[in-house]
Formats: sequence, structure tokens, C-alpha cells
Amino acid sequence: MSALAQVGYVARRSVLRTARQPANIIFPFVFPTALLAVTSAGLSPATKIPGFPSDSFLAFFLAFPFIQGALFATMNAGTDLARDIQSGFLNRLALTPLRGGALIVGQLGGIAVLAFIQNCYYLAVGLIVGVRLESGIVGGIVLIILATGVAIAFGALGAFFALRTGSGEAVQGLFPLLFVGLFLSSMNLPRNLIEADWFRTVATFNPISYLIEGLRSLIITGWDWEALGLAFGFAGLLAAAAMVLANWALQLRLTRT
Amino acid sequence: MISRPKGRFRWASKWFDRSAPTATRARPARPDAGTASGAFWSVAFAVAWRVLHNVFTTPSLFLPGMIFPLFFFTAFAGGLSRVDNIPGFDFPNGYTAFQFVFVLLQSAAFGGVFTGFGIARDFEYGFARRLLLAAPRRSGIVAGYALAAAGRWAVTATILTIVALAVGMQVGGGGVDLVALYALALIVNLAGTLWASGIAMRLRTVQAGPIMQLPVFLTLFFAPVYVPLALLNGWLHSVASVNPATSLLEAGRSLISGSTDHVSVAFLVAVGMAVGLSVWAWRGLRSAERAAL
Repeated sequence: MSALAQVGYVARRSVLRTARQPANIIFPFVFPTALLAVTSAGLSPATKIPGFPSDSFLAFFLAFPFIQGALFATMNAGTDLARDIQSGFLNRLALTPLRGGALIVGQLGGIAVLAFIQNCYYLAVGLIVGVRLESGIVGGIVLIILATGVAIAFGALGAFFALRTGSGEAVQGLFPLLFVGLFLSSMNLPRNLIEADWFRTVATFNPISYLIEGLRSLIITGWDWEALGLAFGFAGLLAAAAMVLANWALQLRLTRT
Repeated sequence: MISRPKGRFRWASKWFDRSAPTATRARPARPDAGTASGAFWSVAFAVAWRVLHNVFTTPSLFLPGMIFPLFFFTAFAGGLSRVDNIPGFDFPNGYTAFQFVFVLLQSAAFGGVFTGFGIARDFEYGFARRLLLAAPRRSGIVAGYALAAAGRWAVTATILTIVALAVGMQVGGGGVDLVALYALALIVNLAGTLWASGIAMRLRTVQAGPIMQLPVFLTLFFAPVYVPLALLNGWLHSVASVNPATSLLEAGRSLISGSTDHVSVAFLVAVGMAVGLSVWAWRGLRSAERAAL
């Protein structure tokens, strides 16, 4: 069987497994949208701060659900893989000719499908409630591609943690950490408007700021090549690093078992 | 017979001795020694001790309830401090104090919700069924969980307050105001526990976690979290105007700045919620009894 076919089988299993667990589908759709609604309404007066880059806080904040949805992808990828390890399924897979790389890529393929659907949904919600993309239709397509890439990168990170720890609970424990990373970024205000120096410094060193700013630029600025370059660059770097680490962790785990 | 506590639990053995019935009877006899209220409190203290022991010796149970309020406080008070420059933002003690009150009340409510997770876990693993069989006064079980939630939140609130003061929070209220603020938060904690325990005792599964969390989360966030009510507009202003959490937040912010505006309404709302939810929890307990015995 070719590597591509192996990837296809694993991806199909990943998609089906996600589809059979309503909690894995409902929460990535409900939570980010609910937070988008309450935060954008609650912080709408922030657009009156001098220098705020948009008249609509909703448009400014629309990048948030894409990143939060990607965090859910991390949890789904990691928890599913950890369950395979805990149930012994990975050990049985190790006896088959399935390649390690195909297992990880296939798992991420399932995450990519779910992330793509999520991202289309978030964009549709934004458009329905009146957000207009400054980068136009092509910008919307790039937005979905970038957000799906971010989800794959986070998914690979979740897979690495699952393979390294072999525990679904450990993967779940990663979620608060990533959530902290999200909150300590420029998600609520542009970095130049963050008043607390220490917070602005943390947000500047936090790669999640650049992922958010890349997505946001397509919504409120148009084609900001620097923001897009940084976002694609960080997403690519994170994906590559996490895939290498996940592959290494898989080799270790298969050696052990 | 349930066994006497050993090791680190030994000091709690008096409660078990007084309330130890046989597990073979659906409704055990009242303890020989002590009154009905004595049995109630012995059950309550034993349950509270067990929960607190579990929480404080298991980092995965304690840390989320501790870390989340701290990072919400950090993200809101640190990242959004520029919000107090918005025209019309007239809170006198600065944005850190403004957000501290929200995070304090949120930590109180979620302290109760996290305790509800523990109740659901006890039901899922079968411990709660044994507890129902053993307890001479079953309402003491709910009281025990509520005591544990309060104890757990007290630690969170202490650390949160220390952090807030360390980063320069301005407090305008005096001692009485602050006692009233923490008392208000304690009632919110009780209401959160009663809400979550009602859910946990009806559904008896950890999977009910989102049902405990989401309504509390939405109720809190449909209030003036980031700016005062007067600065909100649109649908959120309409919702926040009728949301009981708004009066709690406004009273808390009044108290920390040394004013008594909205305070009596907030206490009425909080006590009303606690009373209503105690009926909800009590009926949940009855539901659990019917299912378990």
C-alpha cells in the first residue's frame, strides 16, 4: 500500500472518530462563537481609544475564534492519539506495515478537515453579523488556508504531547497552557495600545500574537505582507518543529513497545 | 461497615464513629450519640475534609481552579489597562481594581463549579452511592461539598488578592467594605456549588461538566465585564441590564471603591440565588437517592 493510501486510511479514521464524538464537534463551534459574541460586545467601546485600528471591535476580534478553534484541534488530535496509545491500538498498528510518518500526517489530515469546516463556519458567522473583509474574497480564502495551517501546527503539537506522554489527561493539561498563551497575546488590543510594558513585551515575544495579527490583517487592513509573512512563517515553523518532534516521539514509543 | 479512617485521616475518625451505620440498610438509623444537627455536621465535616484533602493533594484538581482566575486577572487587568482611557470610564480606583472584582466573583462561582466536577466524579466512580448509604443525614453531604468549595475558594481568593495588591491595585473601601465584598463572593461561591451539585446529582457523570460550566460562564460574561454598564451598547447592554450578575459586579466594584451603591440589591440577589439553588440541590439529592438506593 502506498504512503498516500496509508495517510488516507488514517485520515478517514480520524475524521470518522471525531464525527462520532459530538463533544469534539460542538465545543469548537460553540465556545469560540460565544466568546466572540460576548467579548466583541463588551469591548466595543475600546474602538474609541485613540489609534485603535478599526471602527468595529467585532471585525478586530474575529481572528480570535480561528485561533481558539485551532487550540481545540490540538486537544482533539492529542486526545485521540493518546487514547490509541492507552487502548493498545498503536501497538497493534506497529505490527502492520503502516509508516510512522503516515500515521501522524493522517491524524493531522483528520484535524485539517475539521479545522477547515470550523474556519468556514467562523468566517460565515463574521460575514453574517456584518464584518467585511478588507482583503476581499481572495483574502477570505487566504484566511481559511492560514487558519487551517495554524490548526495543523497546533494539532502536530498535540500529537507530540500525546506520543511523548501517552496520556489523554496530560494532553488535556496542555490546554490551559495554550489558553494562557492565547490570552497573553495581542488578541484584545493591538500591541502598540497595550499600556502595561511587561504585558506588551510578553505579547511581542509570544508567537500567537503574530498568528492572530496575520489573520486580523486580512480582515481589517487588507494585504499586509509583513503581518502575513510573519503569520505564515510562525505557523510553518511551529508545524515543522512539532511534526519533527512528533515523529521522534513516535519512533521512541514504537521502540519501547 | 465503613472502615475507620486510617493514617492521615485518623483525626477525622470521630465523625465516622458517630455516623457509621451499616451499609446494608437503605436508610440507616440515626446515630446513637448526638442530635440530628450533630449528625448533619459530622457528615458535612467528613465530606468537606475528604474533598479538601483530595483537592489540595492532587495538583491536577487544584491548579486549574487556582491558575485560571490568576491568568484571567493578568490578561484583563494587564492587557486591557488602556480601556480606562475610554471617554466615560469613570471608575475611581483604576482598571486593576475594576477587573479584580470580576475575577474574584468569577473565581468564587467557578470554585463551586469545580467542586461540582468532583461530585460528578464521586458518582461516576461509585463513591457517592456508598456515601449516601452511610450518611445518617444526607443533606450534610451537600453541606460538606459546599464547605469544601468555600475552603478551596478561600485559598484562591487569598492568592488572587495578594497578587492584585502586589501589582498595585488601589483599594478605596475600608475594612467593612472589604468584608462585605468577600462575603458577597462567598455567597456566590455557595450559589455556584449548589447549582453544580444539583446538576451533578441529577446526571451523575463527569460528562455533565459543560452543563455546569456554560450557564455560569455566560451569566458572568453577559454582565459589564470590561467596562461599566453605562458604556455598553447594543444587545449586551439590554441583556446586562436584566442580568443578576450585573448587580453583583456593580456592588463589588462599589465596595472596593468605598461606596455602598447597589450593595443591598446585590446581597438580596445573591441570597435569593443561594436559597433558590439550595432547593435545586436538595431536589438533586433526592434524585440521586432514588437512583442509588
